Amino acid sequence: MAKVIIKLGNDISTDDIYPGRHMATVLPSETPQFAFSDRTDFNAFLRSKEFAPGSIIVGGENFGCGSSREQACSALKGYNVAVVAKSISRIFLQNSINLGLKVVLCPGLEANEGDDLDLGADQVTNRSTGQSFEQVRLPAARQGIMDAGGLIPYTRTLLVAGRQP
Amino acid sequence: MSQGMTVVEKILARAAGLPSVAAGEVVEPLVDLAMSHENAALVINQFQEIFEGTGLAAKVWDPSRIAIIFDHRVPAESPKTATNQKKIREFVAANGINKFHDIRGDVGGICHQILPEYGYVRPGFVVVGTDSHTTSHGALGAFSFGVGATEMASAWSLGRAVNIEVPATIKVVVSGRFPPMVGPKDLILHLIGLLTAQGANFKVLEFHGETIRTMSTSGRIAICNMSVEAGATSGIVPGDEETRRYLCEEAGIAEDIPCTLPDPDAAYVRTVEIDVSALAPQIACPHLVDNVKSITEVLGTPVQQIVIGSCTNGRLDDLAAAADILRGRKVAAGTRMLVFPASGRIFAQALDKGYLHDFMKAGAVVMNSGCGPCLGVHEGALGDNETALSTTNRNFKGRMGNPKSEVYLCSPVVAAASAITGVITDPRHA
Repeated sequence: MAKVIIKLGNDISTDDIYPGRHMATVLPSETPQFAFSDRTDFNAFLRSKEFAPGSIIVGGENFGCGSSREQACSALKGYNVAVVAKSISRIFLQNSINLGLKVVLCPGLEANEGDDLDLGADQVTNRSTGQSFEQVRLPAARQGIMDAGGLIPYTRTLLVAGRQP
Repeated sequence: MSQGMTVVEKILARAAGLPSVAAGEVVEPLVDLAMSHENAALVINQFQEIFEGTGLAAKVWDPSRIAIIFDHRVPAESPKTATNQKKIREFVAANGINKFHDIRGDVGGICHQILPEYGYVRPGFVVVGTDSHTTSHGALGAFSFGVGATEMASAWSLGRAVNIEVPATIKVVVSGRFPPMVGPKDLILHLIGLLTAQGANFKVLEFHGETIRTMSTSGRIAICNMSVEAGATSGIVPGDEETRRYLCEEAGIAEDIPCTLPDPDAAYVRTVEIDVSALAPQIACPHLVDNVKSITEVLGTPVQQIVIGSCTNGRLDDLAAAADILRGRKVAAGTRMLVFPASGRIFAQALDKGYLHDFMKAGAVVMNSGCGPCLGVHEGALGDNETALSTTNRNFKGRMGNPKSEVYLCSPVVAAASAITGVITDPRHA
């Protein structure tokens, strides 16, 4: 069970999550400080780290739309949060899987800040309201990357296999 | 008999070495071109991490298929950016990457202009780019899509895009002749308004119809560029005579280029038909690209900054149309106008044709080629409660460097007409 620490609306762009002016910062150890930096309340809360690992950011439709900047994923991953959204934009979803940021697609989700959610294999259950919502499975194409623990180990395995005599 | 294929399905079948593919299948296509800009600094980090512990030398799979173009922050705005650019130059030299465009007035420019201009993209190619507007290159009949830095590092290592799900395709059929002062930018804004910002998520927009056939490659780049604003994986215009003309005359490719066309019985998830013959200039209003209105609904909105340029609308025909309106007139007091030609070549052409002189005499500031203020990292930031009217492709809150400002998106002629008055102005009556 994990708590919803931030609830967002529809069409949250990667400019919202990681504003363009911080794009020269690339190291996963440095990007988290700029997460939601134009939303000073969210940024201050995340930086306070006064929440449990695995806490949840709830998004609406089209979460992570816009730029392909991967810092938007590494910045959130640095806080060890999960993203549960009604739908997620393609590049953000793929970047999340590639980097190992936990994302869950849940089109009917109803949840508010402070609610406790159970992220099951097929459903999301809101313990605070007693409601359960169906998940949409992540693209099957990405299962291999998830199983490998991200795209870097996945690619490394292919590379070594392919280059050996 | 098997189902016919869309253009992207044909391209992916060829690149994956399969007789056919269908939407939803998982393939690992060979990559024909892999493009990055300054975010190559992050790609390099990920690339080197892939090789850690393997005992293999960290060498890219094929330096001739990698393009790196500096455009996002040129010249560098900070020591951090300058150091990233230096690191990329060293990597480029060590790996023998020749399709490298540094900060230069002759061969520099915005990545999505440089790739077509130098003939790096051809019909039927699989192109990946660490930039969401990599969709642009569908204008030349390529399957071209944006990826993150780690996915690019994987492509640099393997020469393949791994775990790609063949996207479903939406067929967009455009008919009618554009009215005066209405063009490709208005078409794509209108389409994004119809589809919504996620209406094409995980899908391809394949463009057809007489309006597309008679459209220049420049216009096609604009519509494919902004296809991602409807969530599309890629936009694509099947190659034709105009594609061959562009590649021969403007990209300098001598040989005849085959174009990939869809089968007549290809499967589409949806068909959208648009008649542009009565279309008005379109405006995307704050703070979402799908918040599209006819210009008549926002006339008179005061604007403090006008921007003409970007990978969407910084080409020679865009500058020509804007210069025709501004010639002999003045940018309104209280409004500033910034012009960013999309490449060094376009800058020189606009200089020769006198357009840059027209802009400067009108009071506009002509800047070097690059992304400029489009993504709010470099220059041309907005003040609190200021409003910009821009030919760029995004108007998200904070996009032009300040979350307390607003950005409206429009065509070059709307931007030029509005620069003269300082308010959003209909170019049909300017």
